[in-house]
Amino acid sequence: MLASIKTHELKYESQKLGMMYFRVAIILFGAQLLMGLIAAFQFLVPGFLFEIFDFSVARMVHINALIVWMLFAMIGSVYYMLPDETGIEAVGVGIGKLAFWVLTAAVTVVVLVYIFVQVGAGTEATIWFINEGREYIEAPRWADIGIVVVVLIFYWNVFATYLKGTQTGIMTVMVADLMALAGLYLTGMFFTDNITMDQFWWWWIVHLWVEATWEVFVGALAAYALVKIIGAKREIVEMWLWIEVLMLFGSGILGLGHHYFWIGTPEYWWEIGALFSALEPVPLVAMFVHVLYDWGKEQGEAHAKGEAGSVLNNGPAMGWIVTNAFGNFLGAGVWGFFHTLPQVNIYTHGTQFTASHGHLSFYGAYATILIGMFYMGIQGAYGIDRLKMTFKSKMGLFLTTFGVLGMGVALLISGYEQVLVERGELGGGWNAYFTAQELPWYIQGQLWRMIMGIVTFVGFVYLAWDLLTIGKQARQAQEA
Amino acid sequence: MAKKNVSVWTSIPFWRRSAAWVTGFATILLIWLSFDTLGQISMGTDEDLKNGVTKRVPGATVINYNIDYKYSKKRGSEVPVIGDKEPFFGKEWSVDEAAGLLHLGKLTSQAKNCMNCHTLLGNGAYYAPDLTKAWLDPMWSAAGPMQAMTGKSTKEEAIAEFLVNPSQYPTHARMMPNLGITADEAVGLVAFLKHMSSIDTNGFPRNFSKTVEQFKQGGTNAR
Repeated sequence: MLASIKTHELKYESQKLGMMYFRVAIILFGAQLLMGLIAAFQFLVPGFLFEIFDFSVARMVHINALIVWMLFAMIGSVYYMLPDETGIEAVGVGIGKLAFWVLTAAVTVVVLVYIFVQVGAGTEATIWFINEGREYIEAPRWADIGIVVVVLIFYWNVFATYLKGTQTGIMTVMVADLMALAGLYLTGMFFTDNITMDQFWWWWIVHLWVEATWEVFVGALAAYALVKIIGAKREIVEMWLWIEVLMLFGSGILGLGHHYFWIGTPEYWWEIGALFSALEPVPLVAMFVHVLYDWGKEQGEAHAKGEAGSVLNNGPAMGWIVTNAFGNFLGAGVWGFFHTLPQVNIYTHGTQFTASHGHLSFYGAYATILIGMFYMGIQGAYGIDRLKMTFKSKMGLFLTTFGVLGMGVALLISGYEQVLVERGELGGGWNAYFTAQELPWYIQGQLWRMIMGIVTFVGFVYLAWDLLTIGKQARQAQEA
Repeated sequence: MAKKNVSVWTSIPFWRRSAAWVTGFATILLIWLSFDTLGQISMGTDEDLKNGVTKRVPGATVINYNIDYKYSKKRGSEVPVIGDKEPFFGKEWSVDEAAGLLHLGKLTSQAKNCMNCHTLLGNGAYYAPDLTKAWLDPMWSAAGPMQAMTGKSTKEEAIAEFLVNPSQYPTHARMMPNLGITADEAVGLVAFLKHMSSIDTNGFPRNFSKTVEQFKQGGTNAR
């Protein structure tokens, strides 16, 4: 079905490879949502698939599909922008394609094992072949090693192409950021009996990915997209990008401290984590302002020159990128700041507050811009001069965004109740936990999360349908 | 850009250099702090426990001691208190035995994917209770319901029995599934939980299970 997305208008093999990654990413995105629906339903009806497909399995596949579809979409985005930025074909497209098939096959095997084997005995063999049991990076060790090999091939491809071609500022940031992103994965590939040590290094990947290197990745991607879609001036965009790097890394690297409040690490992380993570929303405000400012400026200049119509050459991509700019600020920035201070976090840590923030931030900061890249890919693949939103594009954008926002608010309400009753009133523990879980206000929040999850899924169906059809339709309209 | 009077604030090289310096400085500070932290969170030894040396993460033989979680005026929060020796599954475990048991327990906790329902040290999924201080949960104490339910007379045996056959002992509609945990693995998991409860988590969770009994009896703090 996804093969119906044609790529023959693309000049570069690297971009076609990017499209291959995008196709897999869309499938995994759908899988993520289905697993989320199962897990959400189990909160309401705990007997659903009990001891057949338990919450732990649904939830593991839910978050792993999330991480992997984003990594696929990120790799795809880099392969897609690489020839545009460097002006040349990727140096090793053949081996890049081989790596794509290896990675896709490995992911398939890992997911099948998650679903059908689920858990293993308490031995090293389980860690090596079934799952590592560490949230987000559950992939068994053999797959870890495979991922490292594939990522090395990818990175070599990007780096060598960068050295050979034009070295733009956007690509410089991208190359440096990818090195850090890939290197950090290595900190999660060992076993220790010390749970505090385990979580100390676990956060080096999880935090330094999603609150530092991934954010810079998004900054570079947005910069590339603004140049392509609205014809923003490269000098301005690149200057913004360096300022964003400064602020994102300046706050995000030491912001890691906000995960070190309660895992056995020393008390000085309270001050460091609170200060730097409280600064983390600042670059996200800047990024939002930057996108809107550049858009307004280009539109205004076009207007002044007497050019009628929109300055956008890709409506759906810009729609998703603006949603990203605001969603990143709201989901990662505002929702993150809600519970980042230790005085608050001692009560909210490990409650539905975190789930609320997780949903809004992954969607707002990452899903949105990567979907924007899918539309950029479609535009290039069909050689469309001006890609306009269809009804399906609008429904996809509106329903998924509305659904995720609804889930975030619903979980926040459940989380608020959980924090007050379980943590504030009853001080945690087994009885405290279940007392809070069974109060009507909590269940009501979970019910609304389920409803909004279905809304999100309907939005995804529109989105996928649009991605499959918009290119061909626009091409026909263009040729007519 | 060749004009000399161009402001530094619109100069790309200035922002590039600033970004590099800030990133470098933050990274160096993080690495320096990490070295300090790694020293403080490395696991203690049996000697430390014998000599009463407080470690943030005690050695595996902490399973041979009574563990409590008490309010410390100095810290302003609860801290783990390691007390007198007490038998664990009816015996005292040697350094090697305790280390082996903790190793089995930690491996099993990962192999059974505990973290995708429970939270450990507050991290994980939110479908089941936090396990940070689960060893100290009143549910498992002599006065709590679980020892009678599982027909065991000690906390550790009750937890182990529950872990092997969790869906036989339901307390709520939401149950723990049978994960094929063996009796040996269950002992390891209990050791892992007991060890985790001895870790100094800066007072998380706060007021652990303090007022549950009061709440269940319909009491309030206002009386």
